[in-house]
Amino acid sequence: MTTYIHPSPSAADAVVESPTAAPATGAPAPATGAPAPGVASAPAPKPRQGLIHGLLTNPKAMVGAAILLVFIALALLAPVLFPGDPSRITDMASLEPSAEHWLGTTAKGQDVMALTVHGARSSLLVGLTVGFASTLVGILVGLASAYFGKFIDEALSLITNVFLLLPGLPLLVILAAFLPPGLGTVILVLIVTGWAGSARVLRSQALSIRSKDFVAAAVVSGERAGRIMFREILPNMASIVMGTLLACVIYGIGAQAGLEFLGLGDVSTVSWGNNLFWAGNEGALMTGSWWVFVPSGVCIALVAFALALINYAVDEVTNPRLRKIKAAVTPANPERSAAK
Amino acid sequence: MRFILRRLGFYLIAFWVSITLNFLLPRFMPGDPVSRMFARSAGQMQPEQIEALRKLLGVDDRPIWEQYADYLYNIVTGNMGVSITRFPTPVTEVIASQIGWTLLLGGTALVIAAVVGNLLGILAAWRRGGAIDSALPPLLVFIGSFPYFWLAMGALYLFGVILGWSPLRHAFSDGLEPAFTWEFISDAGAHLVLPALTIVLVSIGGWMLGMRNTMIATNAEDYITMAEAKGLKPGRIMFRYAARNAMLPSATAFGMSLGFVVGGALLTEVVFAYPGVGYQLLNAVQGLDYPLMQGLFLTITAAVLLANFLVDILYVRLDPRVRAS
Amino acid sequence: MTVSQVSFGSHEPVLEVKDLTVKYVGDTRSTTAVDRVSFSIGTGEIFGLAGESGCGKSTIANSIMRLLKDPAKIAGGSIRFGGKDVLAMGPEELRRFRWQDVAMVFQSAMNSLNPVLTIGEQITDIYTTHAGYSRKESLRRAAELLELVRIDPVRLKSYPHQLSGGMRQRAVIAMAVALKPSLLILDEPTTALDVVVQQEIMAQIKELQHELGFSVLFITHDMSLMVELSHRMAVMYGGRIVETAKAADIHTAPQHPYTQALMGAFPPLTGPRVPLAGLADGVKFRNIPDLAEASPGHFVAPFGVAAGAAGGSALEGASR
Repeated sequence: MTTYIHPSPSAADAVVESPTAAPATGAPAPATGAPAPGVASAPAPKPRQGLIHGLLTNPKAMVGAAILLVFIALALLAPVLFPGDPSRITDMASLEPSAEHWLGTTAKGQDVMALTVHGARSSLLVGLTVGFASTLVGILVGLASAYFGKFIDEALSLITNVFLLLPGLPLLVILAAFLPPGLGTVILVLIVTGWAGSARVLRSQALSIRSKDFVAAAVVSGERAGRIMFREILPNMASIVMGTLLACVIYGIGAQAGLEFLGLGDVSTVSWGNNLFWAGNEGALMTGSWWVFVPSGVCIALVAFALALINYAVDEVTNPRLRKIKAAVTPANPERSAAK
Repeated sequence: MRFILRRLGFYLIAFWVSITLNFLLPRFMPGDPVSRMFARSAGQMQPEQIEALRKLLGVDDRPIWEQYADYLYNIVTGNMGVSITRFPTPVTEVIASQIGWTLLLGGTALVIAAVVGNLLGILAAWRRGGAIDSALPPLLVFIGSFPYFWLAMGALYLFGVILGWSPLRHAFSDGLEPAFTWEFISDAGAHLVLPALTIVLVSIGGWMLGMRNTMIATNAEDYITMAEAKGLKPGRIMFRYAARNAMLPSATAFGMSLGFVVGGALLTEVVFAYPGVGYQLLNAVQGLDYPLMQGLFLTITAAVLLANFLVDILYVRLDPRVRAS
Repeated sequence: MTVSQVSFGSHEPVLEVKDLTVKYVGDTRSTTAVDRVSFSIGTGEIFGLAGESGCGKSTIANSIMRLLKDPAKIAGGSIRFGGKDVLAMGPEELRRFRWQDVAMVFQSAMNSLNPVLTIGEQITDIYTTHAGYSRKESLRRAAELLELVRIDPVRLKSYPHQLSGGMRQRAVIAMAVALKPSLLILDEPTTALDVVVQQEIMAQIKELQHELGFSVLFITHDMSLMVELSHRMAVMYGGRIVETAKAADIHTAPQHPYTQALMGAFPPLTGPRVPLAGLADGVKFRNIPDLAEASPGHFVAPFGVAAGAAGGSALEGASR
């Protein structure tokens, strides 16, 4: 059900494979340059500035951000654009798209355009909440694992790996089936099933930063654990945290839709997943009412695609090796640069 | 060997966690799902069957540890209660009759997606900036952005309803009996194409990009430069040296993504009314069939864990460094 | 700029590098890693290339085998091997040129061996690819090769991580001489090894060189090792050669201040103890001019008062 699964595992691998590539690009200094405790926190802001600047000049990131902003604006303006209850049942059933109903109506006579725009509210809310909360849990677990190490790391890693391995959808289903239905349940269930992926990625990144000299210096100089974790280690993981957050939001939106499609969401709210659930339930496809089913799916895909674009931009900005190679061909060795 | 034993221990713990989760959920959740369930299916059951199910789902006055021991014993001996929706068939029997179809659908899709996706990733990394590298990833990421079930619905609508190329539902035509005849196998194959294709389409992008990125990292290794310096043929360097090593993280990802693929397969089954465990899961949810839901969760979990274990054994074959070191 | 041939063995050079320039092309600016470098190596000659890390030594080695990876690009000059233009070779010709004509021992044997293939597999694929031997014949020759560097042939079945550091480096050397190339490039072959193993490896290389008669391009920052092994040598600084002459001449009478500092920075292997002296803090050379012949066969880049002056990093390569 998660439509886009790989970015997090592969991001983790990229980190493992090339410890030098990911975090240090913005500022090579934190790796070796600051053994003195006083200087230790100085290089921290650099990677973030580099990241933001890199994203602002990256076309992929800008396209992604533009799509995302359009949807956020639609979600915020939904009550203004389409006042009233979008799920109100009328007698104008199964109308094709027309000037009056741009996207037609459902079998129950609801305006599909209104449903879709209103649906953005719940879908984005759930997606963003789940994304931020799972990332937060992931950060806490990852940092604690990396900083304390030993037994705590073993235990946290074990829990993380177990949750990572339990198949997500069946777990979602039994959790959602036993909990009282509602939006809170959906969010909670998605966090429970979604945090482990981010924790794994963030732990491996935090571990590699934990082993750097400037962290050792901070430990020796007697800084408090919380300060080291959040002021020394965390700022140097900015790009990975960002990538994880985006992947988690994608997961949240996709998984919510999957859950609702199975009828396990809060059926009374209007969301993209519920729209599709009703479309399936009312046999929209069998009767040829494609306009009922297309918009919500396209919206989910567009948002996920926009987030994935930003995610790839983050990867490109922080890992120069993934950047597109300029086709600069020197006269001396023409085929060499072409072959690589 | 130690590696294998460690992993085995880990999977046992993971399975124990899922059993315990199953045990705890009905007992500590607010509300009373059990009475809802019985309210719906009243009249069908014998009193002693109701009593057994109540115990299974925690309506039970015994001390909790006693219940737990009892529950563990039941699960280990394969007793997961009886299904409500397919009363009075035991849950294990319901699952056994469905799981083959899921394995067929999920397995076919997974293998095709992994093989083709990894090959494309290898080629893309090898020819950086070439046609495969520049055109395919954005396209596949875009396709991968659609929900599994939505693509499946779209494919069903386009190829089934409009074009009529594909059967609309189920794993084989009505009136056919499952048998090892050419007629049945070709019919089942025709029913398999579209559902499998949608899963492949959505998951292939992840494989390709994962492999591409590890290949790019691997290509920067000294041993690749050395292989080039040795004047080996490009194909040999690409597969024997670069891809062979890049495969290691990919194998781990394979295990990890199984859970996701299973999820995707479940939803696809729902759309195509494909008679596997996913479709059964939806029926269980709609019929408030808690014993079946739990049984399906445990079975799917066990299958995923087992597959991961097999991947681990394969990994030991692939990476000499974890072998006997 | 031509460097006269004071080569040993033969006057016909095996390798001729002329005005080689390598640039690292970045998004906004590019850096010149190797700047108009010329030298040649005669048949059977051991030519040393010395200099601090980042001065462009390894880049030259990779250029000769055309192994540069992006963003490094050969921006000018020529490399001729036995009369053939290396930079003009097509892919297939280049593939055959590699290892048959020029082989290379890389810095770190651990990283240059594929961790998931056995030593045997990594040797035999040289034979099967270049000589077209059968697997069995290749294995037999691989075993001989290991014996040549005094490794027990049972090690053919071992993986790199099962060998010691010295053994791995010897295995790499064995691979390098598998096809009896006419030039062997040694890129800091002993850097990662401890001193005792270093000596073993160097003795091994000397012995093989005697036996097989190949020329050597020996790259290191270890001056004493280099003087001991090389016939002729060049000293690099910031992508340029600042001095080239017979190794003995540079050893006894280094002329460029950088060479002098480099010679002073390493203890001699034999002889009385002397205090070490390096380049003074902050001293950098910029805009190094072309070499001029100071005495027969001894070329030095002119260094005036200005050239030796401190500060700045106008020379891009030097700032790396």
